This record gives sequence, C-alpha cells and structure tokens, in this order.
Amino acid sequence: MSVAKVDKDGGYPDERGAGRLDKDRDYRGAYPDESGAGRLDLKEATGPRIEADAAAEQAMFRRPSEWRIFWEAFSRDRLAVGAAAVIGLVCLASVLAPILSPYDPTVGDNSLRLAPIGTLGHVLGLDGQGRDILSRLLWGGRVSLIIALLPVAVASVISVLLGLVAGFAGGKVDMIIMRTLDVFFAFPAVLLAVAIAGVLGPGMLNVMLSLTIVLVPYISRVAYMATVTVKNELFVDQARVSGARPAQILFHHILPNTLSPVIVYGSTLVGIMIVLGAGLSFLGLGITPPRPDWGIMCADGRNFLSVAPHVSAVPGIVLILVAMSFNIVGDGLRDALDPKLRK
Amino acid sequence: MTAAVAAPALLEVEDLHTHFQLKNKLVRAVNGVSFAVRRGEILGIAGESGAGKSVACLSILRLVPNPGRIVRGGIRFTGQDLLAKSEREMRDLRGQTVSMVFEDPLNSLDPAFKVGDLIGEALTLHKGLSRRDAWKKAGELLRLVGIPDPDRRLDNYPHELSGGMQQRVMIAIALSCDPALLIADNPTTALDVTIQIQILDLVKQLRDRLGMGVLWITHDLGVVAKLCDRVVIMYAGEVMEEGDVYGVLKRPRHPYTRRLIDALPKLGRPEQRLMPIEGRPPDPANLPSGCPFAPRCYKAQPACEERAVPLVQSGDGRAVRCLFPED
Repeated sequence: MSVAKVDKDGGYPDERGAGRLDKDRDYRGAYPDESGAGRLDLKEATGPRIEADAAAEQAMFRRPSEWRIFWEAFSRDRLAVGAAAVIGLVCLASVLAPILSPYDPTVGDNSLRLAPIGTLGHVLGLDGQGRDILSRLLWGGRVSLIIALLPVAVASVISVLLGLVAGFAGGKVDMIIMRTLDVFFAFPAVLLAVAIAGVLGPGMLNVMLSLTIVLVPYISRVAYMATVTVKNELFVDQARVSGARPAQILFHHILPNTLSPVIVYGSTLVGIMIVLGAGLSFLGLGITPPRPDWGIMCADGRNFLSVAPHVSAVPGIVLILVAMSFNIVGDGLRDALDPKLRK
Repeated sequence: MTAAVAAPALLEVEDLHTHFQLKNKLVRAVNGVSFAVRRGEILGIAGESGAGKSVACLSILRLVPNPGRIVRGGIRFTGQDLLAKSEREMRDLRGQTVSMVFEDPLNSLDPAFKVGDLIGEALTLHKGLSRRDAWKKAGELLRLVGIPDPDRRLDNYPHELSGGMQQRVMIAIALSCDPALLIADNPTTALDVTIQIQILDLVKQLRDRLGMGVLWITHDLGVVAKLCDRVVIMYAGEVMEEGDVYGVLKRPRHPYTRRLIDALPKLGRPEQRLMPIEGRPPDPANLPSGCPFAPRCYKAQPACEERAVPLVQSGDGRAVRCLFPED
C-alpha cells in the first residue's frame, strides 16, 4: 500500500500527478482526506480573521436596499428617467387641476372663441366655444389617465391569474382558458373596444370596462408564456425536491418570475390605452361633453383645423407625449427589473 | 460477506422498473435495478448518458417526469415502503429526510430570490421556522459548506455567485433539514476540477460529521474513485456490476466496466492510445432480449444474446451480470 501524502500546501491531487484510475495502483489511502487531514479545513476556510473583521466589513459593504438597486439601474437610462418625469408631472398637474386651472373647463367666453396660443390670460389659447384650453387639458388629464391606467391594472391582475392557472395546470384547463381568449383575437382590438363600448353605451365606467375586456387576452398571453417557460425551469424541480406544495410553487416561485414581463408589457399598453380611450371619446362612445377629455378635445378642434389648428394640436401633442413616455418607461423597467441585466 | 448484508440499510431499491409510455413506443429507462445505501455510506452510480441513472434517482423521490411511471419494484427507506406513501407524505419526506442536488446549479436556483431565502425555504416548509430564524440558520449552513463571510452572501442573488459557490449553496439547501439521505445527480460536472475536488472533499467531510447516506450519480469514474465507498455500474437501465470501489475499479469483472476504465485517459502514459467502446448503447425503446452490452462486447458469445443474464452475487459483496466475467 502506498503512503498517503498529506500536504495542505497544494499537492493537487497527489505526488504522482492527476493520475486517476490506474489499474496497477493501490488507491487505498492515496487521497489526503482519508487520513483525516482534509484539504478544505472549514475552520481555515472561514477563518478567524474574517470573523473578527466581519462587523467592520459588514458596515463597509452593506448591501444597498432593493429600491436603491432598482433605482440605480433605472436611472442609468436617462431617457426613461425623463419620460418618468413627464408622467409624474402630468399626473401631478391633473391631480392638482382644481387648484392649478385658471378657469372653469366647461364655461366658455364667446368673445374670445378660437383665440390663439399666447392670448393674454389664456396661455394655450381658447377652443371653439371659448373655453380655456389649459384648464381643459388639466381637467381632461384626470379622465384620460384614469381611463388608461385603471383598465391596464385590473386587466393585469385578471390576466396574471388566468395565465398562471392555464400555464401551470396545462391539459384541459389550459385548453379551455386559452382557446376562449383566442376567440377575442379574432377581432381587431380597436374594433372590439368600439363594439363593446357601443353596446354598453357612453360613460366613463363603460369605456374602462370595454378597455379591460380588450386587454385581458393580450396580457394573459404574456403571463401564460412566462408561466410555461418558468414552469419548466430546473428551480421548480428544485422546489419540488425540497417538498414544496403545488400552491407554494405557483405563488412563491412562478408568480414572481412572471410579474416582470407583465409589468413591462402593461406599462407600454398604458400609452396605447390613452390613445384608444381618446379614440372612443372622439367617436362619442366615451366621455360625454361638456366634460373634458384629451380625446374629446382633439375631436372638438377638427372643425377648425385650418383656422385654429392649436385647438386640436395642443391636446394631441400632450397625448402623444404621455403615451410615448409610458412606452419608454416600460422599456426602462424591463432592463431595471431583470436582476441579471442590471450590473 | 454476511456482515455487509446485516448492516442496516438506509435505502433499498429492489427490481425497479421505470418506463415511459410514449405515443408509439415504450421506453424502458430503468429496467430491474437493485441497490442499497447504508447509513454513512457513499454509493456511486456510474454509467454512460442514458443509462437510467437520473431516472432511477427521481424514482426514489417519486418525481419521475411525465409520462414516466414506476411499473414494478420496491423502494424502501428506513424500512418504509416509499411506493405506498401518499403524495402528501412524500412531500414531507422530500427536502427533509431525503434531499437532492441537481447538476446545473445556476438554473436550479430561483433567480428571483436571495440565497438566504432559497436556503430557508425548506426550513420554513418542514421545520416551521420563521423567515428570520430560517435566515439565521441559512448563515450557519453556508459556513458549514465552507463559504467565507456567509452573512453577506445570504444577501446575494444566485447569479452573483461563482459556479462553485452556487453548487455549495445547492448543497447547503440539501443539507438544511439534516437529511438521512443525500441524492446528488452529477453535481460537479459544471465545475472545473479544482472546485470539483473541493466539493468532493466537502461531501466526504459532511458525511463523516453528519453520518448521512449519499447516493452520488456520475459519469466520471475519477469522481467515483475519489469519493465513493461502493459503486454500481449501470448500462441500458440495468446494473452491470456492483461492489466496493477499490475492487471494481482495480479488478473489474464485467467487460463493460473494463472497457469504461480503458476508455479513460491516463497521465504518464502518453504512448498508450485511448480505447473507445465501439458502437452505441441500445435504444431503450428496443432493448435486446439478452445482455444489452452483448453487441459491443469483446467476449460476447451466442449465449449472451439468447436470454436475460442474471446478476450473480459473489461472496465478497460484489455482483456481476455477465456469463463470462473477468477474473
């Protein structure tokens, strides 16, 4: 029997080199740890030095909070930060509309009809009925933003549940849920929204309802795809091997991994919903006049396009700016939410 | 040896058959496999890819992926029949008394959670610890598997660790509830050799300290030589040879084992050509009626292909499935 070489200063794996499975060799005791002296001494590995300095190091290297990490990743994208600022500003202005708006958005001054941008006391001019455009923009933002945000939020919750259940259960449940949703894809989204809103009749609640119904199939697809991908990941097997219940796997491991695509997709949809909601109002299926809404404001100006283009242009520009901002923020979120992409 | 038989077996797998019924064929992945792991013993299962090693291990935990079914056989763990247990009882067992480490550490760790939560999961599930207590215990476990500065590491996401660290985290997860049996499916293949040696040393140390049984699946006979006490050589869903590592590797009795060893490169003998095994393993959907290795075997006789060859035990604790064994 050969003598075991116990050498903690290296000697990998033994003095004869990495000869493995030499048939003429006796392996008994040939490896260092068999004689008790393990190469990897746990005491040494963690070491007294590290333990002593642990407190000091802890303070130095304290891991920043999740929000901070997220913000650092997000703020690297200057465009997204700018877009987020635009959204924040517009939201704030809309909330503060009662304080900020200089005039009543529904009462017009006939003597100043179609007055241009820069008219004294009316920075953004006046519309066809002599109403202050700035005031209408501020009040209209409240309606337009809620019409866009709420359906996306509600539809996301419904869709994540549908997508999770369909993707995780598979088989018949998957078939029933996803094929039913496929029916909705047969209609173009705008047409479907118009049809549903037309059946329900005008009104803010009905607009939001129709937008929600239109959104669910789209977001469900995203949630479903994410679920199916995540379901086959090895870490789900790992959870199973650890003895986790199906519900625990679904909500603890799969749900968090499907949220980020849904959040990103949803934020880009907000922009589209502002435009779509405005479109419904434009067609007379949404908000009823004289209540302001960015879509209605665009529609109001179409009769005076050649005479006073600002009546349509001002709300139109704001509309596009906000819609674009939501898209850009969505892109920024995608990069910032993925822990593997932020470095 | 009667003494070896009398030693209390932790896990006994007997005549296990796990088959996959596909649309138009039956894939017999595991075809009558028997082995036993004793307390404090490291048993290696070695063989080529597709020999049925992983499926055999997933069968023990009753986690064979669809459409796989355990069609026949017995699995006894500390005397209890695992195949008779309810799904609920099995969930209790998994991760607690029997735990498993997978081959690919990065993809086995949920990217959405920090290391501390991942290690704590089994503790909160099985031991009813609070998240805070589980986190604390997770720090001790990281120290146990030799990760420096464990308290800081708990706060990391899996992708922020190196491959060796990730594998240590996997082992920490597997050890979190003091399992009686650790099943490791090729856990060192994704690591480079220096890290591999460290992990093997670690497993040996932990076995000595915690006294658990280890079932180590690998296709690297070098790992078997370094780590295991006994080894089972599998081929085409069957056990070809079994015995103590020293005996099997030094004096293989089955021609397949011998060819496996011959196919390994040896340092210090550059003049010797490697000897690959000609041919390929049989299609598990269409296994030959006789010895599955016969078509590739240098000793094959007509008798080998006629009927199934029994696994013959010899007195020294070894067994071989061959009509014309070496020695």
